[in-house]
Amino acid sequence: MSKGDLREGRVARLLVGGPPFIFLLIFFVGPSLIMILTSFRFPGEFGGLAPIAAPAASAESEHGFTPEAYQFFFSDLLYGEIFFKSFAMAAATTFICLILAYPLAVLIARSEKRFRNLLVLLVVLPFASNFLIRIYAWMIILGPESALSQFINAILGVFGIGPVTLLFSPFAVLVGMVYVHLPFMVLPLYTNLEKHDPALLNAAQDLGANGWQRFWQITWPLSLPGVFSGSALVFIPVLGMFAVPDILGGTGDILIGNLIKDQFLGTRDWPFGSALSIMLTLAVLSVAALATWLARPATGQQG
Amino acid sequence: MKRNNTWLWSAAALVYAFLYIPLAIVVVYSFNDSRLNAEWVGFTLSWYKALFNNAEMLTAAGNSLIIALSASFSATVLGTMAGLAIHRYNLKVLPVLVFTPVAMPEILLGVSLLLFFLQVLNLTLGMVSIIIAHTTFCIGFVAIIVRARLQDMDESLFEAARDLGASPWQTFRLVTLPLIMPAVVAGALMSFTLSIDDFVITFFTKGVGEPILPIQIYTMIKVAVTPEVNAISTLLMLLTLVMIIIAAKLDAHASSRDAKTSS
Repeated sequence: MSKGDLREGRVARLLVGGPPFIFLLIFFVGPSLIMILTSFRFPGEFGGLAPIAAPAASAESEHGFTPEAYQFFFSDLLYGEIFFKSFAMAAATTFICLILAYPLAVLIARSEKRFRNLLVLLVVLPFASNFLIRIYAWMIILGPESALSQFINAILGVFGIGPVTLLFSPFAVLVGMVYVHLPFMVLPLYTNLEKHDPALLNAAQDLGANGWQRFWQITWPLSLPGVFSGSALVFIPVLGMFAVPDILGGTGDILIGNLIKDQFLGTRDWPFGSALSIMLTLAVLSVAALATWLARPATGQQG
Repeated sequence: MKRNNTWLWSAAALVYAFLYIPLAIVVVYSFNDSRLNAEWVGFTLSWYKALFNNAEMLTAAGNSLIIALSASFSATVLGTMAGLAIHRYNLKVLPVLVFTPVAMPEILLGVSLLLFFLQVLNLTLGMVSIIIAHTTFCIGFVAIIVRARLQDMDESLFEAARDLGASPWQTFRLVTLPLIMPAVVAGALMSFTLSIDDFVITFFTKGVGEPILPIQIYTMIKVAVTPEVNAISTLLMLLTLVMIIIAAKLDAHASSRDAKTSS
């Protein structure tokens, strides 16, 4: 390669990579830094932020930088509790998604090649519909006048148990979370399972392994990378979700996302909202790091 | 093996039912002649009529369309460039910038953009802030699709173009761009759908002025649920379905052409 080629390459690289780089530097990195900065400021008297420099007229008003927002987080057990509840909700959602997605992914991976794309499309299709509509659908199904609610209450009535309300409960939130995130579990699982060599299962069968043994000793261990990446794809968005608890949950069912939303659109405490967002980011990063480490391809393993 | 299959099929059928029944209920009740989403009373189109007489809803739909078209256009241009750059050059920082917004919870992007718009740009929140916000998270999706297409392609095509004396620009315009076109279009359609559906990021960057579709739907769900919500939902499902069919047709067309050229 001549010198001219090299320079041309560098120019092309700048022309092609430059614009998206600059755009994201301004509108992704910039806002992230501003959020970190905001978390160390004082809240304004009427919401928003107090000025960094003290205004001449009111020398007593708070200004400058402070770790107050973080101290506030750790001063009240309530916030730690909401973080814990969010993690529990994310774990429960991930677990149920895994149970629902696994047989489906196995079925798709083992079906005839020409049906596979169609079966995958059928999983993805409902998720092309509007996000709010998918949550709203459960408002209808779990509502007090719905056939499901009346059916359940009729059965409970036989045993003399009072009517239960399904909507606006942690149960409704969990159902909504599972419904919204299910394909994120199916797709990575399917991608992994599709690569398995059926000869392995046949060999195991020839050696006398029953269906249960074949699953636990071959399919499951080989599918672990898919399980871990699917779990991360479900766990992470659930951790930050506010719309599902907002629509399907009761007042006591709020998660981190709702807490953050309130700081910006309710009480308008920006520094605390930013601090909560930073804590959420740290939680997400640790989950992502853990999943990447767990899903790393083991040496000497196929697939 | 047979028994195993029956078990698998029934489990899968249940999951498919879980996926589709809620949406089917929304569609069915959009034609129901009752204010309550509780039991079937009779067929009516009145919820659709009410929708088309709802001036605010129509403005919101128009605004969302403008936002989705602008955001998907800019995201497609920038995302295609990002996909090309990441595939072609050994870059360290750009992939992180491009793919992180896709992977992190939307609320974080929404909140940080809100703070940035108000504090740094001193921007009045509205259409412009939403378009910028949507572009930011759509770039990654376009880049992923374009890069996947590039990875599937034969490097020798580009080498051949260079050997025949094509300049980098000519190689791009005459070889690369036509080859990645299906991915670019798929990325544009995906960005359009993501933008028109996005609730969380729109919620934080919307301001108070113009009505936007997802926000209107949210307000209807939170304040007073009428089957008008079902009607707008059904229409939106129809729209996404059409987009997916177009995307699938384009993809099938592209892969059949690929099969021809490679054989």
